[in-house]
Amino acid sequence: MEILVYGIINSVILSMVALGFTLVYSISRLPNFAHGALYVTAGFTTWLFLNRIGHMPYPVAIILSIFITGAMGALIYRFILIRIRGMEISEIISTYAIGLALLEGLRWGGLRGMTFTLPPFIEGSFQIFGVNVDYQRLIIVCCGVVVFLFLYFFTHFTKIGLALRGIAQDERAAMMLGIDSDMTAIISLAIGSGLAGFAAILLLPLGNIIVEAGYNVLIFAIAVCVIGGLGSWGGTIAASFIIGFAQILTEAFLSTHYQMVVALLAIIVTLLIKPSGIFGKQKELEERV
Amino acid sequence: MEQMRKERVDRGLKVRTEGIYAISSYREMAYLLGPRLFFILAVLSLPFILDLAPYWKRVINIMCTYAILAISFDFLANYVGLVCLGGAFFTGIGGYLSAIFNTYLGMPVYLSMPAATLGGAVLCTLLLLPCLPLRGVYFAIVTLMYPLLITRVIEALNIFGGTNGMTGVDSLPNEYVEHYLVILLSLLFLFGMRRFVNQDIGLVLRGVKDNDQSVRASGIDVTSMKVMAVFIASFMGCFSGAYMAHLYMWAGLSLFALDFSIIPIASVVIGGGGTLIGAVIGSFILVPLSELLRAFGTFRIVIYSVALTAFIVFKSEGIMVYLQRKYHQFERWVKI
Amino acid sequence: MIEDEVILSVKNISKTFGGLKALMDVSFDVKRGEVFGIIGPNGSGKTTLINCITGFVKPGSGHVIFKGREITGWKPHRIAHIGIARTFQIMRPYYSLPAYKNLIIPLWSPRAKKIGGWRGGGRHGDRDTVAVDILEEIGFERDSRVPYKIASTLPTGYQKRLELARCIAIRPEIIFCDEVFSGLSMSEIAGMLPLIEKMKMDGMTIIMVEHRLRELFRVAERVMVLNFGEKIAEGRPDTVIEDKRVKEAYLGSEGV
Repeated sequence: MEILVYGIINSVILSMVALGFTLVYSISRLPNFAHGALYVTAGFTTWLFLNRIGHMPYPVAIILSIFITGAMGALIYRFILIRIRGMEISEIISTYAIGLALLEGLRWGGLRGMTFTLPPFIEGSFQIFGVNVDYQRLIIVCCGVVVFLFLYFFTHFTKIGLALRGIAQDERAAMMLGIDSDMTAIISLAIGSGLAGFAAILLLPLGNIIVEAGYNVLIFAIAVCVIGGLGSWGGTIAASFIIGFAQILTEAFLSTHYQMVVALLAIIVTLLIKPSGIFGKQKELEERV
Repeated sequence: MEQMRKERVDRGLKVRTEGIYAISSYREMAYLLGPRLFFILAVLSLPFILDLAPYWKRVINIMCTYAILAISFDFLANYVGLVCLGGAFFTGIGGYLSAIFNTYLGMPVYLSMPAATLGGAVLCTLLLLPCLPLRGVYFAIVTLMYPLLITRVIEALNIFGGTNGMTGVDSLPNEYVEHYLVILLSLLFLFGMRRFVNQDIGLVLRGVKDNDQSVRASGIDVTSMKVMAVFIASFMGCFSGAYMAHLYMWAGLSLFALDFSIIPIASVVIGGGGTLIGAVIGSFILVPLSELLRAFGTFRIVIYSVALTAFIVFKSEGIMVYLQRKYHQFERWVKI
Repeated sequence: MIEDEVILSVKNISKTFGGLKALMDVSFDVKRGEVFGIIGPNGSGKTTLINCITGFVKPGSGHVIFKGREITGWKPHRIAHIGIARTFQIMRPYYSLPAYKNLIIPLWSPRAKKIGGWRGGGRHGDRDTVAVDILEEIGFERDSRVPYKIASTLPTGYQKRLELARCIAIRPEIIFCDEVFSGLSMSEIAGMLPLIEKMKMDGMTIIMVEHRLRELFRVAERVMVLNFGEKIAEGRPDTVIEDKRVKEAYLGSEGV
């Protein structure tokens, strides 16, 4: 029972982490290697707003820092990526470099040790099927579901969302219909980064804000995306459940240390057996010709 | 207001040295060979020049090690189209293998280094094999993950000395062997690769970068070409790692450190991608700079990353291409 | 009879992308040495058919048989290796290389190495010479600067020729030409037609996918018409064009 409950929680956590990366990649074909850095930045800015700048109330700090990370994503596109769009090598290198600059900058700026923590939204825990679950994890699962639903309705029923999907499916055709490719890329990066920030604020109360979390988050996000098929939303969610449960199982029967090994093996096995990922089938056409 | 535009014209000497006419006079030959000879001699004499400043003599080794890594990155990225975000993966594997061969199996240095270079290259290629049939972004992703993952695995399983690393690795015989081994090999790799990419087989690799579908339609197996390229690149990377393990007489997790991934990339971008020599020059600039900035610790990585992004966005040609242009062409303003 | 030998036989090829049926039970035979045309309105599955045969897309079902050998689902490079070359509709030469260096790549391929060089060449070193020879054959003036120009700076007509040259360089038995005439001016096409004739005289079987029917009918001996992934007619050009279903398929589009 414990495995089931924590497996679900862990899977939702993973998909929260991966969703932003998938969103950006599926819409604008940009691999955002700064994803992990934005995640940590969101946590750090929230901490700053809570403890150093203005001692704001918690909700205000949260909204402000999600907004800031979203804006950072948009700015990264507007000032850097827009100039090198389409040059795959440059895109990869520059997002990676931006991510490193942010993370190592934060480390240098004093983000070290155990002092940086965010308080949980609601203290305490409750019992479900005889398993102890704290309220923070419950909130994570609820918010995760809400975010999925929100994204689904946003992309299927709003004008901007439909434009994003149009660009994702066929950039040229969408551009001919008057959809601004740069604008959608900015929006996708803003939303993707905002999601990274949102995930950070939900998840970081469970642990410390450390720079390594940025790298871990990036690894897990990428692992989930590769296994689910790059740019496939359904695949992302399915893959996070696979890895999520695999991790909880290894934790239960082996040791926590093996979590990374599981992720690594999962990626290698996926690439060997079904390189396009579990749900990457529709992409076959564009992957090949 | 008169409209002006910049015009670039090849120097007469440049035009005269094309093809067979290059050997028509000493002046032409000097024009062609001068920069190369100057570069080679300067690099070769570095250990003697720097006798005055012993601290900086150590830097030569690191500089050349990074130069080899940068050549390897440049080759993969700009001639085959595979962006390797984890040069540290190669150095780590090479270093650890060499240390294992040396301490566990008792091989002497002159055996353990070549064995680790070769074995490491095979191992890296095998590990990277699954992502080679796919598009380039997968290679970037997987190489980004490997060094981070392997670090975690070594920490978790506590193998090969765990977080403390493996001590007691034999050092190289003497200081001059240390210097010249890496200097000569970096020159060898540099000029070897420059030659290689212009051979027919090198052209095929460049074809893979430009348009892999069309290479496939010509009846060439793209994946096996990529395997070969990755083998060559990881061979160079693993040598750097093996060399460093013996240089520091230690192999530890810091062989998987980010520096080995980011500095070569920064060197290539700053030096000028696709020129190979630019990669070397870039690392000859960045590594001493990084020594000067040692006090800043991890802030150096921030500096590299920012410089890297700035160069990609604003000066994507890099220093080397700029210098080449100045050497071969002159510029003037003309009326439109 | 050697003329009637079926070199390529396609049987019941089907392919779906997602829910979209791109090809439905398409079958045809091509005889050695003929020029076979595949026509059809936009989106009728012509390029998908080529992709299925040359291995760039795995067919959902059906068989491709080349000289009595089943090659369905092979990797593209193996299919090219046994002698089936193709051009691409969207031309992408190796941009950073000069035009003649573009041919080094096919000349380096195992097939070109095995078959040997052109007119005594082909060993190491003189691939450059062979490349320029092929380019001359395909209409690049040897003494001009055109063969030595960087491929990305060539005009469309030359890029199309380069694409054909790339196919010829591996000395294939079948060449698939995917819309080599589209995007060319009338005079450029007039220059291309003799090349097709010449390739045919050299014993190559040519399968052409075209929109420009008038030009195609000047070289093609038999044509097949696709519409919405289905084969609706096959035969001599003049009879096919009189077919009722073909007229319907083309009605409202460019006409003949």
